[in-house]
Amino acid sequence: MQTEPIKTKLDKLFEILTTQLREIHVDHLERKWIAISILIIALMVGIITIDALFHGVNPPSKVETIDSASLHLSKEFAEENLGVQVDDKGNVVVRMVAGRYSFFPKHVDIPAETSITFRWVSMDVLHGVHIPMTNMSTMIVPGYVAEITTTFPKPGEYPLLCNEYCGLGHNHMWSNISVIAKEDWTAKATTPEPAPATK
Amino acid sequence: MNDAAERKLALSHLWVAFAAFIVACFMGEYQVLERSGLIPALESPTVYFASVSTHGVLMAFVLTTFFIMGFGYTIASTSLKQPIWNKPLAWGAFWLALFGVVLAAIPLLTGKASVLYTFYPPIVAHAAFYIGATLLVVGSWIWCTIMLVMFTQWKKANPGQNVPLAMFATAANAMLWLWASAGVALEVLFQLIPFSLGWVDDIDPGLARTLFAWTLHPIVYFWLIPAYTAFYVFVPKQAGGFLFSDEMARMAFIVLAVFALPIGFHHLYMDPEQAKGWKLLHGVGTFVVALPTLVTGFTVIASLEIAGRLRGGKGLFGWIGTLPWTNSMVLSVILSLLMLIFGGFGGIVNASYAMNAMIHNTAWVPGHFHLIFAGTTVIMYFAVAYYLWPILVRKPLFSKSMALLQLWTWFIGMSILTTPWHVLGLLGQPRRISTVVYNNLLTLSWKPYELMMILGGMILLGSACLLIYNLVKTQLSPYSETFTEEIEYAEPIHKVGVLPGYLNNLLFWNKVIAVLMAISFGFPILQFFFMNTFGSSAWGY
Repeated sequence: MQTEPIKTKLDKLFEILTTQLREIHVDHLERKWIAISILIIALMVGIITIDALFHGVNPPSKVETIDSASLHLSKEFAEENLGVQVDDKGNVVVRMVAGRYSFFPKHVDIPAETSITFRWVSMDVLHGVHIPMTNMSTMIVPGYVAEITTTFPKPGEYPLLCNEYCGLGHNHMWSNISVIAKEDWTAKATTPEPAPATK
Repeated sequence: MNDAAERKLALSHLWVAFAAFIVACFMGEYQVLERSGLIPALESPTVYFASVSTHGVLMAFVLTTFFIMGFGYTIASTSLKQPIWNKPLAWGAFWLALFGVVLAAIPLLTGKASVLYTFYPPIVAHAAFYIGATLLVVGSWIWCTIMLVMFTQWKKANPGQNVPLAMFATAANAMLWLWASAGVALEVLFQLIPFSLGWVDDIDPGLARTLFAWTLHPIVYFWLIPAYTAFYVFVPKQAGGFLFSDEMARMAFIVLAVFALPIGFHHLYMDPEQAKGWKLLHGVGTFVVALPTLVTGFTVIASLEIAGRLRGGKGLFGWIGTLPWTNSMVLSVILSLLMLIFGGFGGIVNASYAMNAMIHNTAWVPGHFHLIFAGTTVIMYFAVAYYLWPILVRKPLFSKSMALLQLWTWFIGMSILTTPWHVLGLLGQPRRISTVVYNNLLTLSWKPYELMMILGGMILLGSACLLIYNLVKTQLSPYSETFTEEIEYAEPIHKVGVLPGYLNNLLFWNKVIAVLMAISFGFPILQFFFMNTFGSSAWGY
């Protein structure tokens, strides 16, 4: 591919732009203000980017599809697999189904001060879920798995609210989640035994 | 120039805009009342969600689109000193858009389109709702065409001259809207209309949300640009001074129009169908678009300072007191900027990528956009109405003091409404609930804020009624022989020389937008055609 002509063309374009930019009158106070504005913006963008790239602070963005119409037939989101499970590596995974107008299972116990991965799916329309005053927040779009990993520092009873309009009964879509002190929580007590194979 | 036909065209648009506005204001007050649970007899999710959907459509689509069209016709005919190009076409666009509004209003008001103004598939509304909304947009596209044709014709007829700033801003807005509306047009034409008519069995909500996000950010700049236009071209003159910088105004409009487009994913931060890299890219762009607003704030305040000093203001802040606070345009810009400062702080929280998780879809969000849209933007629509109505009907304004009272009460009402709304969001209240039925202690802390919102809404409703009363009385007052006011455009303090092409032409910027859009939306849209996706069937509500 010939890149030279494109490069010269771009250089020329850039040169024209910069000369044109210098032609217009910009007051020295305005120049200073623009510099300050750019610095403020750069600072904010810098913090966000560093947090995203080096500290892994990102919104839930795992692009993973699933057939929302046949969740009950899927391996992962079949009824017996919902709720809290501890995988082979010791990670706590909570699988939840959102449907008009509830979150299933209705209640789960999870440990505090532990990294918890939530996997949310919808069985019907668009939902959203938020635990107020925490960053456990995600949209639940039918056809996709919404995965989010977070930690709850404090034990307590937390409400789980649907925060996206999903129908006339939207207000009624909520449940509670119990965050239990790490030392009092046992995986065994809340992890259902995998159901015997039915097929 | 005899511009009676132009004035009638503009006035018809503005009346539709403000008629939609006053209806939606009554709905807004009903909604805060219903939501609070204060009057149990009012409670009905069916009526509430029909009302919320209609309120959103009337305020966000009807008030804005018709106001922008009417305002654009006035700007084009007075700043270019030309009759409107192809008036029958302009009237055709008006009737088409109005027909679209009526067509959409029927299912909305009968509860057959309670899908909110953001559509939300796979919940599906009556097809008439989507078709009506489409006709409204098609009407606005005709307006865009007329604006761009007049812009181009004037440039051809006046080679080497600078397009008047007001027309430059209006043409930039027309360009912005053509690009912006393409996303929602694709969603409605290829997904929602076939889906609602039963021609296709399923829909991919992920793709639908991505296309809607394409439109959802630039649309707010489409609404905002007329307000900024008034900031730059009317305010300095009304304050008794000069525009601080004509060039920077043009730069601000261009950066707004270009960078408002490729950043829509900040509405999808919490969505599972887009990956984090794309979200971060759009997040950075979101901050870039804060730059023209910061520049606008500077230029407008500097212009006000020039006026204040010319009027004898001394010292660091003395010029503020000498500004003509009883001029409705000047008062509006001061109140508008105050709301912009607070709304802007809130916006930074929403824009901040992962921090958005704390307030996403909580009451914070409608609190934010009411402050920045219904506050900052719409108060400038009022200012423009008070300024244009007498000129359009050739009669003096019915009452100037009533106008000032109306602007102050709008500001006070908006502050009382949106402050508790933001607090409710921080306390975790979801937006879009018709009433609170959660069995949780947290909800007790919400009560006082909901009651405050009723008061705020009541003040706003009263204020809105004052506006309409004043405009109607102006229209109905006896014809005045002596009325000779014309629109006066602000002069820049430094004479502007011949501007470089990129500040006098939009062609180059269209290419820039095409590249930016391909980068920021190309892969995120194409991925849906390569992934193994599963559609959703239609749901009622």
